[in-house]
Amino acid sequence: KQLTVRDALNSAIDEEMERDERVFLMGEEVAQYDGAYKISRGLWKKYGDKRVIDTPITEMGFGGITVGAAMAGLRPICEFMTFNFSMQAIDQIINSAAKTLYMSAGEVNVPIVIRGPNGAAAGVAAQHSQCFGAWYSHCPGLKVISPYSSEDCRGLLKAAIRDPDPVVFLENEILYGIPMDVSDEVMSKDFVVPIGKAKIERPGSSVTLVSHSRGVQLCLEAAKELSGSGVDCEVINLRSLRPLDMETVEKSLEKTHHIVTVEQGWASSGIGAEISARIAESKSFFFLDAPILRVSGADIPMPYAKTLEAACLPQPQDIVRTVKTLLNVK
Amino acid sequence: YSTEATFETKPFKLHKLEEGPSTSVTIGRDEALLLYRQMQTIRRMETAAGNLYKEKAIRGFCHLYSGQEACAVGMKASMISADSVITAYRAHGWTYLMGVSPVGVLAELLGRKGGCARGKGGSMHMYTKNFYGGNGIVGAQVPLGAGIGFAHKYKGDGGINISLYGDGAANQGQLFEAYNMAKLWNLPCIFVCENNGYGMGTSAERASANTNYYQRGEYIPGIWVDGMDVLAVREATRFARAMCAEGKGPVLLETATYRYHGHSMSDPGTSYRTREEIQEVRQSRDPITSFKDKMLNSNLATAEELKQIDTSVREEIDKAVKASKSDSEIGLDELAADIYAVNLEPVIRGVTSLDTVKHVNIGSRVNLN
Repeated sequence: KQLTVRDALNSAIDEEMERDERVFLMGEEVAQYDGAYKISRGLWKKYGDKRVIDTPITEMGFGGITVGAAMAGLRPICEFMTFNFSMQAIDQIINSAAKTLYMSAGEVNVPIVIRGPNGAAAGVAAQHSQCFGAWYSHCPGLKVISPYSSEDCRGLLKAAIRDPDPVVFLENEILYGIPMDVSDEVMSKDFVVPIGKAKIERPGSSVTLVSHSRGVQLCLEAAKELSGSGVDCEVINLRSLRPLDMETVEKSLEKTHHIVTVEQGWASSGIGAEISARIAESKSFFFLDAPILRVSGADIPMPYAKTLEAACLPQPQDIVRTVKTLLNVK
Repeated sequence: YSTEATFETKPFKLHKLEEGPSTSVTIGRDEALLLYRQMQTIRRMETAAGNLYKEKAIRGFCHLYSGQEACAVGMKASMISADSVITAYRAHGWTYLMGVSPVGVLAELLGRKGGCARGKGGSMHMYTKNFYGGNGIVGAQVPLGAGIGFAHKYKGDGGINISLYGDGAANQGQLFEAYNMAKLWNLPCIFVCENNGYGMGTSAERASANTNYYQRGEYIPGIWVDGMDVLAVREATRFARAMCAEGKGPVLLETATYRYHGHSMSDPGTSYRTREEIQEVRQSRDPITSFKDKMLNSNLATAEELKQIDTSVREEIDKAVKASKSDSEIGLDELAADIYAVNLEPVIRGVTSLDTVKHVNIGSRVNLN
């Protein structure tokens, strides 16, 4: 059976709203417009004004309102039309949502899901095309999910809504319309993917490619091409950026002895940087037969022009080149 | 004694309201004694906090509420148990009124385990049932308060939310976002601007193009109230609360008040205002003294009785200071406690990669299930 990422997200929200009266969806254009990217299609008709709520264009305001509602016992899903706009509200996400449980010595937990499209989009230039995975996963108190597939989106969004802590859920606009194969199990109402566990999308023995979100797709394409050169890639889909499942990464590295991190975000203080540092600080460092290499977005604000944009984003060819260099394969 | 007495408040100023709270307010003897005791307890507790700060026992920031007691005490007097409060960093008085003992407040200021946040929150981050802080970010509590009000309405629990901010925070953009949505959705919220005249060292006139804060909700009904008169605040809150509870949406209160201390303990509070100004308020408008005079003049209580309250409050606070000082900080076994309601991190990293800290749960996690 095939399911698009969009329908995976939509069905997850729908089922969790059905399951728990306290779950509501708030954001810009989520109700009458059916969602700027149609993730909430049909939900307003089904659940009405009380539970699917259009806001004015005031991110800091409704960011704070949803966090406050969570403090007071509801289970809000706060949609940012894109995560670029979450910067307007980042104080409420970090200072109010992430820290209140600790500051209150465990009294007030904040069960909110903050979600929307994140990362590089297409042709929308610098302000609308960037990844916030590193920004949010920097902060203790948050759980940060960056799903790739329809299976991830369905299972992890359901897990996020049920989770009693603040969860930042970073979707990818480019993937929304892509149909992907899912099993019957994925379609079950009880299907939940545990937060904090990576998934091996493709087992392999020559090199570990570790990535998240759309980067996983690039890795899978690169792996396909590399298999023609006799290189057997293991592709890890991180699924969660915080917690980061280093156990899976390290186990893979101990098998392949080579690792390349792949992300669409900037390299500086990024996800690949964090993984590299954690490997460098662990025993798995001694399993490395070559340096860790990072494939990432270029260290440049996203340009608008098509060729320039493409040059700023990792392509499967960049991964292929990097792996060949790493393994000294011609 | 008189069993009750009636007083005239200063006139309320109204915005978008045809009728306002009654300027004739009646209070019974028992309630009057309670309000007096509450104001004195806050005053004493803050004096003790100020001293502890000077002894360097309290670290970091410490914002005292002295001079503003009538605002919190008057509002609390008109709340019902389902109502909730969120305030700014000047939070000690409210914490006490919402149910934390003076030891719970003072031990928190000292960072000790008997503090209401086990010493992990400090001066600006105190919480208890229906009290959502203490927020250290100027203005951030107002959208949060609108969200808590949203939850009251969603759950239909009959409660309303009061969110408080100062005249400094009144210029934050996020307040206007919260006003707008609260009005659009008729949220049961009272937004309270405690106007003490200064945002840190910047006087209201130097920061606000319109210093009539009760008008600044534009489309939201507003009431100016003498924040030095506990009975006027009680009456205005009763009026505003009734409007919210009837589903008429948010109300904005401006309580005109004054703070005796500097903005925080690191501010002597005299470079941007004169000592004479502070003295003048203390002598002519002090919320406790003026309420005391009212009670005496109307025979609600005798001087002897009030003196007894003063003595017992002093003893209670002295005892609380001692108990707090002899308390200890939580152990390092709690260093990583309650970062998450349900922790999924395999290890919590300490200062080096050689140190890992164990995550545990201590608090009640009110929204766990």
